Amino acid sequence: MSVLVYIESEEGKFKTASLEVASYAKEVAQMLGTTVTGVTFNTEDVSELATYGVDKVLKINNSKLKNFNAEAYADALKQAAEKEGTKVVVVSQSANSKYLAPLLAVHLNAGYASNVVAIPEGASPFVVKRTAFTNKAFNFTKIDTDIKIIGVSKNAFGVKESQGAATAEDFSPNLSEEDFSVNVINVDKAKDKVTIADAEIVVSGGRGLKGPENWGMIEDLAETLGAATACSKPVSDMGWRPHSEHVGQTGKPVAANLYIAIGISGAIQHLAGINSSKVKVVINNDPEAPFFKAADYGVVGDAFDIVPKLNEKLKEFKAKNA
Amino acid sequence: MKILVCISHVPDTTSKINFTDNNTQFDTNGVQFVINPNDEFGLTRAMWFKEKQGASVDVINVGGPETEPTLRKALAIGADSAIRVNTPATDGFQVAKQLANVAKEGGYDLIIAGRESIDYNGGMVPGMLAALLEANFVNTCIGLEVDGNEAKAIREIDGGKETVSAKLPLVIGGQKGLVEESDLKIPNMRGIMMARKKPLNVVEPVDVTVHTEAEKFEKPAPKGAVKLVDPDNLDELIQLLHKEAKVI
Ligand SMILES: Cc1cc2nc3c(=O)[nH]c(=O)nc-3n(C[C@H](O)[C@H](O)[C@H](O)COP(=O)(O)OP(=O)(O)OC[C@H]3O[C@@H](n4cnc5c(N)ncnc54)[C@H](O)[C@@H]3O)c2cc1C
Repeated sequence: MSVLVYIESEEGKFKTASLEVASYAKEVAQMLGTTVTGVTFNTEDVSELATYGVDKVLKINNSKLKNFNAEAYADALKQAAEKEGTKVVVVSQSANSKYLAPLLAVHLNAGYASNVVAIPEGASPFVVKRTAFTNKAFNFTKIDTDIKIIGVSKNAFGVKESQGAATAEDFSPNLSEEDFSVNVINVDKAKDKVTIADAEIVVSGGRGLKGPENWGMIEDLAETLGAATACSKPVSDMGWRPHSEHVGQTGKPVAANLYIAIGISGAIQHLAGINSSKVKVVINNDPEAPFFKAADYGVVGDAFDIVPKLNEKLKEFKAKNA
Repeated sequence: MKILVCISHVPDTTSKINFTDNNTQFDTNGVQFVINPNDEFGLTRAMWFKEKQGASVDVINVGGPETEPTLRKALAIGADSAIRVNTPATDGFQVAKQLANVAKEGGYDLIIAGRESIDYNGGMVPGMLAALLEANFVNTCIGLEVDGNEAKAIREIDGGKETVSAKLPLVIGGQKGLVEESDLKIPNMRGIMMARKKPLNVVEPVDVTVHTEAEKFEKPAPKGAVKLVDPDNLDELIQLLHKEAKVI
């Protein structure tokens, strides 16, 4: 019966998004009067998970699962769900979770709701609130199937600590050859760089920065804040920045704690994608820029003057508050 | 190579989002519908395969007659024929089931869908379709080459990218990167004329058990006014972010 959570990790460290979905699962489990089972892949020490509401950990250790493989991971999670008699599976909305959840939904014959932002309104009917129209609206979705999968949006619920201990047991799902028919040839991942998906703070630059040569100050500011860098669509289309930094309705969604927009006008497509960030700051020399209507804090002025100054002041602030 | 491109018919990105019937229906009044942007990148990649490697390209949509102009646009861009499954799209699983039913008959080598559609943002149709067809699946696909029976795809991952190989039949969830923005084609007059003569087949839906139902909608609460900080007083901004917003 227990609520099953797919726990993602990288180099043995749990993803914050997974601690958030574990916290979410705990609350769902309490609502349903059951417990939380977390499934981990190739992580040794799982004791930390108890702090976030996990009661039992199924540890999968399999060298074939070293690289993420959606089909194989989905198959493993399906078998874990069957073993636990699970009625609710909770996943994050990371790239990997979004990849495997639809496969898992078909394999478990489960209804799946993605981009969920709140705890289900009740157990029966089972209704969840999710974002739709790229954050321009919310939609209440009723899941009718016996087994349900919930994809929880980043930062929608928060990481919550709870008390308790977790038991751990090894779990070896039976994986078939077909599970490995998509093969990873190469992984190209920036080391030591905060990703937009994981970042608490995102510093984003637009066409107002005039050219790629001016991104030094954006990167400096991001470094001071421990932030990821992002950009508006035209900036990536012109090749000033890589596509992977394009955020907005047709790019990556941003659900950070703090989003700082520099030289970005605030077009509807841009705002749609970043709107679920908690606090938004805009720096723009045009007081009429639409972004000022969407932001919490704003500075009207020249980015080339403001950003380096802000960076210096933040460094002082960080030094004092360290 | 036989390619099927799944086309979602979505409101233009600038549309005002409103609801009717006691907030249970999306208000289509005055809304312009377009090919879902993620699907358009995929369609353009399909046209590339057609031109460079030889392929037939069918496009498909699950929806009522009102989606036909969107399919005609895809034909004008260069698809050979279109299929409309004659039923409103109600959730990701229902759409995937309808698509799978047609795709099974069609014997496609490559099925290109979009990572997500920009209306309901479900992000589930491509994966569910692949699972129903027992085909290989690559999501958030930003690069795709096909050589004989083998595909090499680049997938965007959090913080980087991954190159994978897989045999056909393959389903992808595509996005920008499959082709560049500048490669997108605006249909020309000739394309539009030809599209009128291309086949648009309407097929009837199969029965599907309901998995999820969209019940009602709600708009986000209106936002409070922005607090402006003087550019000569950036310390104030830092204090606000620290003490008031508590984000640094
Ligand atoms: C189908 C579709 C999908 C789209 N999807 C996206 C998307 O996902 N993401 C996205 O970002 N856009 C998207 N767009 C594009 C969007 O409509 C805007 O064109 C784009 O966001 C504008 O980018 P920008 O703000 O960087 O540039 P601009 O609109 O040119 O704004 C530049 C801003 O910089 C300011 N500025 C100039 N100089 C300075 C200075 N010295 N100091 C401070 N400020 C300065 C200007 O006042 C201006 O407000 C999409 C468009 C379409 C049609």
